[in-house]
Amino acid sequence: MKIATISKKLDALYEFDREPVSKNALQGIGNFLGNFAGEHVAGTEFVIGMLFVAHGVSVTDMFLGGLIGNILAVLSWAFVTTPIAIKVRLSLYWQLKKICGPVLVFLYNIVNALMFCFLAGAMVAVSATAVGIPFKVEMPTLTDMYPSSVGWVVTVFAVGAIITTFAILGFEKLARFSKVAAPWMFFIFLAAAISSFPRLGVETDLSNFWEVARTKIWTGTALPGQSQFTLWHVIFFTWFANAAMHLGMSDLSIFRYAKKWQYGFASAVGMFLGHYVAWIASGILYAAATSDAPGEVAFQAIGIAGALCVIVAGWTTANPTLYRAGLALQVASPGWSRWKVTLIAGLITTVAALFPALVMKLLDFVALYGLVLIPMGGVIFADFYLMKKFGLKDYYAERMKINFNWAAGLTWFILLAAALVMNQVVGIELYFLPLPAWVLAVGLFVLLSKIYQKKAVL
Amino acid sequence: MKQILQFISLVGLLLTILPPVFFFLGKISHTVQDLLMLIGAVVWFGSAVFWLGGKAKTKEKLIQ
Repeated sequence: MKIATISKKLDALYEFDREPVSKNALQGIGNFLGNFAGEHVAGTEFVIGMLFVAHGVSVTDMFLGGLIGNILAVLSWAFVTTPIAIKVRLSLYWQLKKICGPVLVFLYNIVNALMFCFLAGAMVAVSATAVGIPFKVEMPTLTDMYPSSVGWVVTVFAVGAIITTFAILGFEKLARFSKVAAPWMFFIFLAAAISSFPRLGVETDLSNFWEVARTKIWTGTALPGQSQFTLWHVIFFTWFANAAMHLGMSDLSIFRYAKKWQYGFASAVGMFLGHYVAWIASGILYAAATSDAPGEVAFQAIGIAGALCVIVAGWTTANPTLYRAGLALQVASPGWSRWKVTLIAGLITTVAALFPALVMKLLDFVALYGLVLIPMGGVIFADFYLMKKFGLKDYYAERMKINFNWAAGLTWFILLAAALVMNQVVGIELYFLPLPAWVLAVGLFVLLSKIYQKKAVL
Repeated sequence: MKQILQFISLVGLLLTILPPVFFFLGKISHTVQDLLMLIGAVVWFGSAVFWLGGKAKTKEKLIQ
């Protein structure tokens, strides 16, 4: 496909927000609080809290590490993402296009779309663990990598088909339903944890809660086949669980509507309700359950309402994700309609969901998702704060009318290659790679721009 | 009307959070807890859908 065609299609997709947000379109703090509360109490929370327990996180590491990691995440939004967002007031797409050029943004979009498909796949699988309960489907266990039974395959395909159909129909109504579900889901997390107390032996006056938490929930010893997590794992995972959104800058698209940079602190609502309370709650109900499947775990704790919550949580997370993947992939297709592209994305998602590894290794996938996209956040940061200081030109692709800014492209490729080597050869776990990748991206982009920007700037 | 719906929704949330507390305190059985929570879910969705969830911005987070 011709570059001009790709660029035209991408621009058409993001046409409505080509201009910086105008003053009268700015939104109050309430919108941001609601947005974060809704987005971060999701299907993934059921799995993440459970996997922390499986990885042998200790009670101190869980509470302290979660606290520190979430504070760092909130500070990243408040001090890194939002100040740029309110000065530029452009979405991530337009910001990246000005810096990187249309071809590099196209590549970024495709990578992002595939990541969306896998994330949606994990949520389809999570929903399937609840849908399969009445049909007595054999559920996957923590160590399962491949489809565990015919029943599992049929259930995943059924759930995948329904979710894809809704994504094809558009997701506005579902996004509204998701808003309605969010407060209820948070209460369900809390309720399921409280309901699990008797099975764990917690006294009604809570006097032995810490003792039970230390010895029966977050024991500090990983389950067989799971790697051992430490305080550092919890801090870094929690901090970078949304790496693509804060240091990776995708929430520029949200915070460009903010009146003040301080609105970045609104992220605390999502972090502490979803990534702290909900993770702790799901850890508690997993410790009391006799299954590794989120649907079964929730059903054992609070019955049909629990299973329903897992379905709703998985569904409301998977649907918009799949819709966005479809839109992003549409640009790459040879003139196909959106429903066809979304169908393909749904198929990729459903096939991915067949493999329980996607759920059971969700922590690794979430870390990988952040790692892959975070270098471009470093590029945006450097372009905004450092280019002029080093005598370089910002928005280089736009100024020079080039399709591919090699300084940005090489920064991304080199850091991904380096991260691959550090993970596969040196053995550094994925959770610890996003931070150095972001810092190095900032430095490398400036350095490569020094070499690359030898051409006269218009 | 909206206030009535909001009150009904509140009842739905209370039916979600209180039964596990009573179950934990030994006041009700697990079966009763599950039933009340299911009723809570129906009450919440049946009422909140009419007042919560304004028009969503569909495209603002295409790239996340």
